[in-house]
Amino acid sequence: MSTAAVSLSAASAPQTLAQKLVARAAGVGHVTPGEIVTCRVDLAMMHDSGGPRRVKPMLDRLGAKVWDPDKVVVVTDHYVPAYDDDSRAIVQIARDWVKSAGVARFHDGEGICHVVVPQKGYLRPGMFAVGGDSHSPTGGAFGAYMFGVGATEMLGVLVTGEIWLKVPHTLRMAWNGRLAPGVSAKDMMLFLCTRFGMDGGQYQAVEYAGPAVQALSMQERMTLSNMTAELGAQAGLVAPDEVTRDWLARAGAGDVDLANWHTDEGAPLLADHVFDAAALAPQVAEPHSPAHGRDAADLAGVAINLAYVGACTGAKLDDLRMAAQVLRGRKVAAGVRLLVAPASLQDQQRAEAEGVLGTLVEAGAELLPTSCGACAGYGAHTFGPDVVAISTTARNFKGRMGSAQARIYLGSPWTVAASAVAGRVADPREMLQ
Amino acid sequence: MSAPHTLPATGRAWVFGDDLNTDLLAPGAYMKFGIAEIARHCLESVDPRFAAEVRPGDIVFAGRNFGAGSSREQAAEVLRHLGVACVVARSFSGIYYRNGFNLGLPLLVCPEAATVAPGAPVACDLDRARVHNLATGRVLACEPIPAHLVAMIRDGGLLPHLEKRLAAQRAAHLPTP
Repeated sequence: MSTAAVSLSAASAPQTLAQKLVARAAGVGHVTPGEIVTCRVDLAMMHDSGGPRRVKPMLDRLGAKVWDPDKVVVVTDHYVPAYDDDSRAIVQIARDWVKSAGVARFHDGEGICHVVVPQKGYLRPGMFAVGGDSHSPTGGAFGAYMFGVGATEMLGVLVTGEIWLKVPHTLRMAWNGRLAPGVSAKDMMLFLCTRFGMDGGQYQAVEYAGPAVQALSMQERMTLSNMTAELGAQAGLVAPDEVTRDWLARAGAGDVDLANWHTDEGAPLLADHVFDAAALAPQVAEPHSPAHGRDAADLAGVAINLAYVGACTGAKLDDLRMAAQVLRGRKVAAGVRLLVAPASLQDQQRAEAEGVLGTLVEAGAELLPTSCGACAGYGAHTFGPDVVAISTTARNFKGRMGSAQARIYLGSPWTVAASAVAGRVADPREMLQ
Repeated sequence: MSAPHTLPATGRAWVFGDDLNTDLLAPGAYMKFGIAEIARHCLESVDPRFAAEVRPGDIVFAGRNFGAGSSREQAAEVLRHLGVACVVARSFSGIYYRNGFNLGLPLLVCPEAATVAPGAPVACDLDRARVHNLATGRVLACEPIPAHLVAMIRDGGLLPHLEKRLAAQRAAHLPTP
């Protein structure tokens, strides 16, 4: 058989969405899972902690310039608002560096990078992107191949515009039916982390599919892709559709191509799991792992003294709306603090405009700045040793959000809000009727 | 072929379990500081002796999913800073695996990583992808390291690797005398 015939048959073979995205970035017609390829990067996202502060000294040492400043986005979210001289200095490095490097797409204190980047219309289906943060798979919700890298790896991208990749296999997670009222994307991810473990994704690509996924809002899809990090996969993809196109059009990213960006019938899958969305109950993960999930009802009665609605995975507009649905006309239990740190300024303003923020504050919530906040464990609002919290964040590792003695449960915004009202872990469905 | 400058390495074994995450290796509260300060707190809530007592050349053994969690590369850099010659684990989180080699910290995937006793004298051989347990005489087979990562770790990590590559490019573009 001639070489031409071989490559022709390979190019026409059914491919996964992940293969198509990687092949495009590698500039070839077809890639095979397991092979190592070099990809051109369409977008490189950094934040204040792992970004300029780390890469600037290395760029200086190399005497190198950014390959294409128009493909770089910098967002300050970890050390804002600055709370001491050290954090002020870190944020200042980002502000100074974007000027000297000619990076125009700089968003200072406007929210968490994973939420700000799509809201600015920077992402669209078919792109290949890297982010200097582990929750970068969030971009997969838009049909982009996006994954997290460390700062030195980012340096390599900034200098060359390229990155190596082992072409991933795809694990499909298909959800049939529809989620029951009071059950959300966060519940799906806590369930999957518990079912498959924090390394269940095998650093391959996970693709979320099926009618229950297609029925999710864009921000709920972002929660799926975001927590792909907790599943240990490299990327967490959702095939783009009309929901994606409409959302992106509102974000200013028109001209979206939907035709090619899906997994072909018969494409090779490493695993093809099917779940019944209607059978899923609200999930709560016990300390100290998102893989310690159980039905919320099984943990009802565990007393909490703090409820946290925050982070890219748990304080977007849709998340704030969920919390407000529970809290409307209710009060946070005595002895419980409810902290709300909206994921972006845009989401905060919209929540304010539609009365969602007012409902939360009325119920007794304390509003924190829009930033990574306690989720990253970097800021001023970390948790003390006596805290027993339930949180909408992605990770409840021992010590991550403050003291190693703090006990942190994870749940959806509905579940966290219901638990704040009950003063103990609660299944939110009884309060949503 | 010249020998890698860091290996083979011989040292004492430090042994940990599964899912040793980045927040334990590089705790968030210290992330605003430089690497020396973060390193002082490396693994303090798992083994408070580790940061103070680990010696250059020592080797870390662990179970599944070492380095799970954050992309913060300080979680790899701290171990290099403390002189750890190699981490041998049943598996690594994907981002940590890339970060380790980028930062010049060799990593070996070894199904039998858990069979080594704490404090045992051990030697790692990157080229042959194996670990010698000098206490028992056993040789543990590891997964081979991809060739491009071997080349990078020989240079000491991605930064010196890029430095070398850029120097070569610049030399190639010099006008011929």
